[in-house]
Amino acid sequence: MIKAILVFNNHGKPRLSKFYQYFNEDMQQQIIKETFQLVSKRDDNVCNFLEGGSLIGGSDYKLIYRHYATLYFVFCVDSSESELGILDLIQVFVETLDKCFENVCELDLIFHADAVHHILSELVMGGMVLQTNMSDILARIEEQNKLQKQEAGISAAPARAVSAVKSMNLPQQIKDIKLPDLPQAIKDLKF
Amino acid sequence: MALKMVKGNLERMFDKNLTDLVRGIRNNKDNEAKYIAQCIEEIKQELRQDNVSVKSNAVAKLTYLQMCGYDISWAGFNIIEVMSSNRFTCKRIGYLAASQCFHPDSELLMLTTNMIRKDLSSTNQYDAGVALSGLSCFISTDLSRDLANDIMTLMSSTKPYLRMKAVLMMYKVFLRYPEALRPAFPKLKEKLEDPDPSVQSAAVNVICELARKNPKNYLSLAPIFFKLMTTSTNNWMLIKIIKLFGALTPLEPRLGKKLIEPTSAMSLLYECINTVIAVLISISSGMPNHSASIQLCVQKLRILIEDSDQNLKYLGLLAMSKILKTHPKSVQTHKDLILACLDDKDESIRLRALDLLYGMVSKKNLMEIVRRLLGHMERAEGSSYRDELLYKVIEICSQGSYQYVTNFEWYLTVLVELILLESGSRHGRLIAAQLLDVAIRVQAVRTFAVNEMATLLETYPVTAAPNGTMQEVLYAAAWIVGEFATHLDGPERTLGVLLQPKPVAGHIQAVYVQNALKLFAHLVGEAVRNREPSAIDRYCQKLHEGLRAYLSSADIEVQERASSVYFLVALLRESLGAADQTVPLGGLLELAPDAPVVAAEGEEHVPDETTKNATSGYANASWDEIEQIATDLQGLFASELNPVAPKAQRKVQLPEDLDLDEWINQPPPSADASSADGGSSDEDKFPLFLTDGAGRGGAGGERETNGGGGSRSYKRIEYTQEELDKMRQARLLEQTNNPNYLKPAKKKASSTDYQNDGYDDIPIAEIALEVPLQIHSTKRSDKYLMDAERGTRVFVGKGGSSRKGKGEKGGTGKKSKRHGKKNKRYSDESDTESDDPKPLHVVNTVIELPEGAILSDTEDKNNADPNDPHRALDIDLDAPFDDDYPVEMKRKSTNTNHGVMLLRDADGSTNAKATRRAGTTDQCEEQHQSRHRPSSKHAKPDASAVPADGHTREKQKKKKKSSDKEHSAGGKKTADTMMLMIDEEPTSKGGDETKGATKGRTKKEDKMGREEVEEEVDAKGKRKKHSKKSSKHHHHHSKREERDREKAGYEEMPAQAGGNGTGSKDAI
Repeated sequence: MIKAILVFNNHGKPRLSKFYQYFNEDMQQQIIKETFQLVSKRDDNVCNFLEGGSLIGGSDYKLIYRHYATLYFVFCVDSSESELGILDLIQVFVETLDKCFENVCELDLIFHADAVHHILSELVMGGMVLQTNMSDILARIEEQNKLQKQEAGISAAPARAVSAVKSMNLPQQIKDIKLPDLPQAIKDLKF
Repeated sequence: MALKMVKGNLERMFDKNLTDLVRGIRNNKDNEAKYIAQCIEEIKQELRQDNVSVKSNAVAKLTYLQMCGYDISWAGFNIIEVMSSNRFTCKRIGYLAASQCFHPDSELLMLTTNMIRKDLSSTNQYDAGVALSGLSCFISTDLSRDLANDIMTLMSSTKPYLRMKAVLMMYKVFLRYPEALRPAFPKLKEKLEDPDPSVQSAAVNVICELARKNPKNYLSLAPIFFKLMTTSTNNWMLIKIIKLFGALTPLEPRLGKKLIEPTSAMSLLYECINTVIAVLISISSGMPNHSASIQLCVQKLRILIEDSDQNLKYLGLLAMSKILKTHPKSVQTHKDLILACLDDKDESIRLRALDLLYGMVSKKNLMEIVRRLLGHMERAEGSSYRDELLYKVIEICSQGSYQYVTNFEWYLTVLVELILLESGSRHGRLIAAQLLDVAIRVQAVRTFAVNEMATLLETYPVTAAPNGTMQEVLYAAAWIVGEFATHLDGPERTLGVLLQPKPVAGHIQAVYVQNALKLFAHLVGEAVRNREPSAIDRYCQKLHEGLRAYLSSADIEVQERASSVYFLVALLRESLGAADQTVPLGGLLELAPDAPVVAAEGEEHVPDETTKNATSGYANASWDEIEQIATDLQGLFASELNPVAPKAQRKVQLPEDLDLDEWINQPPPSADASSADGGSSDEDKFPLFLTDGAGRGGAGGERETNGGGGSRSYKRIEYTQEELDKMRQARLLEQTNNPNYLKPAKKKASSTDYQNDGYDDIPIAEIALEVPLQIHSTKRSDKYLMDAERGTRVFVGKGGSSRKGKGEKGGTGKKSKRHGKKNKRYSDESDTESDDPKPLHVVNTVIELPEGAILSDTEDKNNADPNDPHRALDIDLDAPFDDDYPVEMKRKSTNTNHGVMLLRDADGSTNAKATRRAGTTDQCEEQHQSRHRPSSKHAKPDASAVPADGHTREKQKKKKKSSDKEHSAGGKKTADTMMLMIDEEPTSKGGDETKGATKGRTKKEDKMGREEVEEEVDAKGKRKKHSKKSSKHHHHHSKREERDREKAGYEEMPAQAGGNGTGSKDAI
């Protein structure tokens, strides 16, 4: 069983946290912090396994991680998972992200944390590995995204337009313009 | 209307979406908290609107904030609203948020049941898929029970995507609701041969998880797995299957022979090696001829360890440690490699290598290895790693009752070095225990130990690390110098050290005070023998002054001890003073009969003083009095302390006329007695516990006799004489049948001498010593190594025939547990190991142990993790399928809200099933209850002796209910578990008479116990099955008790008509 999946950057900022066992938010943050401290002080050319100790679970649990550029992908697993198998799984996860976001980088994960969650949920479900075949995973994600687009249809168009405007590479001031005043004015128009 | 829509859209357009939130947070790095607080306010606004899209947008933002560490459980209801939206987009967001912040104990979950059921049966497979993914993260017992059928239906969906998810989901259901396993299992088995490979993989995954904890129930699936293994190409699944075989093979060695060549994938190869190891270990425990294959495995692992890939190195070491447990010899040949790994830059690898070291040591290389570890400790950074090293050093040295330590002076020196090296360690207590252990058990080094400790007391920098536990060593040191004061070189100086209050913890100070008194007693004794009244006076003075600081200690224990010592000394001084006043001139030489010799010696030492004393002089009578006081004082601490095994208590037989279940004092009316019908009358009769002093004593007594039962809400039970007799008979019968009970006949032999206070009877291993010369080098412990090397060089030169490794074979688990045997082994070893260094000191291993008890701590370990859901999943799946289950399931699914009620019915006597086997169920319950009473260890009642009339049962139920309060947390889960266990077992012997059923159960438990023990034995490579079995057995009982108690809360309580005091009894 996988107990937790954490993604954080080189500074320990969480980019994705998925716990398959309940911890309250403070505890989660603490686990992320401690895991980061454990993982970050390790060289890149040492092994990818780490005994998590008291973090989650205890002696039966291990941290298995990979370090890609600015991100750490850490899986906390128990002894029923194969160590090398999980390393492969991390690779599959990252490659899937790469396919979905086209050359994934940290920013993609930051701004699309929900999408990352959706992708992950096609790989791992409730702490158990669901699917390891990447083409299957991609097909499922594609279908779901299509469904979402269909639903959004025309009604979401304005929202998309606005967010497109916001996402454009405009100077910061324009982006931060307080737009909500406008609808207030519209409301007051009293048709 | 249309306008409203437009307006809504326009508004939404300008709401912050997730991206805006993230961007905003990034732009407000300086005042992030403030910005987020503002965002949360906005989100709250949005959640108040009717538009689901707005809400889902808000929930999406909340999900992000949750990751940043903000509690979002307040929005639980809104999340459910979003989950229930018809649109997939919103649903997805809602379920994601739910999976992140809901948990099985969330109260909101009961609102979700019908919604989730609707989603599961949705025509859109992704609706169901999203629901399953979310559900897998927060499924509760209630949800599992209510949705089990729906998920099972999905297992045969036409869509592979849903089948796959449903299969995995079932595992989560099993964990929460074990009853589902039996009816679902055939379907699960079917899925192993599903046309879709991912469904297959999911099924394998689930069965792997199930079989990991209860492998024996899945042996029958081996052929299917074997087929899968030969046909599948999915590496992930192959790994899982091979892992599964690894779990199965210890039970069925034939399987292992079929596992042969691995494929190209390294991960697969590694798992294969692992499994082959498991196989070989299981085979070779029966036959010794497999050492060649083990060698092969070790060789393969060596290749892995030597690989440049750090991951493979790590895994190689990991697998090696598995072999070490059963075949220490074959690993020992690769000592060089493992020692080299100790220097690896990777901490994970170093830790693994450390684990292996445990099995590497022998008498010959212990000093060398420890020296290297100490060297590592000096260099290593990171306190946790240093702590680990420290722990390993001690573990390596102390294993098997110090079987590899030949020179305890060396060991003590190492300990002292560790103390000084690692002031911040959290293993202070461990070191303290080691110091005490060595000082007590190795008499030969006592003098050395005492003086070493005296130095330590003087020099230890107390303030070094306030957060570590290293201070604890002072506790040990103070105790040792006080207890063995006779060995001290400079007792007076040490007394002074003890009396300087240091900023240490209270319990340590208390030991300081107590041992100052011991030292003082010793000093006074010496002074009396030497006829030095002035010295006595000086000591008194010193003690009095020193105690002053302790007298004002904030710690009550210290203060109390200090003041009693203070007044004791004051008394002594008084009599001294009295003597002083009344003395006319008197000659020293006319004193006590043994005086002349001693006094003469004393005079030689300190002639000035004695002559002075002689002039001041003491009367015969008063000197005698002083002497008397001194002897009395010494008498307080006179007798030698001997080691006693931790479980020696068990040897004390429970007196036959002592009934631990009887109330010594009146019990308190239970807290919720008033809520139960019959309770109020009790309350009138008996006063509250804490109101009278006698009752208070009862509380303590109760807690002690309660032996882990933990329930404090018993009611008073009044027995008639007949009942008492009957119960006593029942108990005696049970005692004679119980193999774990120490029988009276044996007691005479074993426990009487214990009661005789037979310190003298305990044989103590005395040996001649060769104490090495004192040479001072820079690092003190090294000199022993040098000595040893010198010694062996000479020795090897002389000794021609050397038989190697004889002493090393006991490497890991083979501590000999019984006394007597140990000594023999020592003498054996010294005969055969001409090559090994001779032990300089011998450990006093004679320890009183009760029969059936072992020194190892397995018992405690077994007690761990009573909440493991897998216990409940230990179901014999090959047994003929019980028709009741589908019925039960169906009933539940039709009437979900009353699922709990129906379950309860099964326990009572209403529904069809219950009538069919009401008798057995009741009896079982009776028996469970009988275990429910405290101190199950000592006497097992024969439940069948107690008539199972309705009143009694109701009473008991009530009692259980009250005790259930404390266990309500895990209650639900195990309540169901218990149902299963009751249902499952007595089916075949429904009509049996009471006794038969009882016996059947005990037998079954025995069997279960044994099987578990065997696993244990496999895992640890230890012997002594029988004694373990017995401990397991106990363990099992207590487990049942607990479940019973928890279950009780779920029984529907019929209104009690005549539940007042009459005939209320427990089934003891």
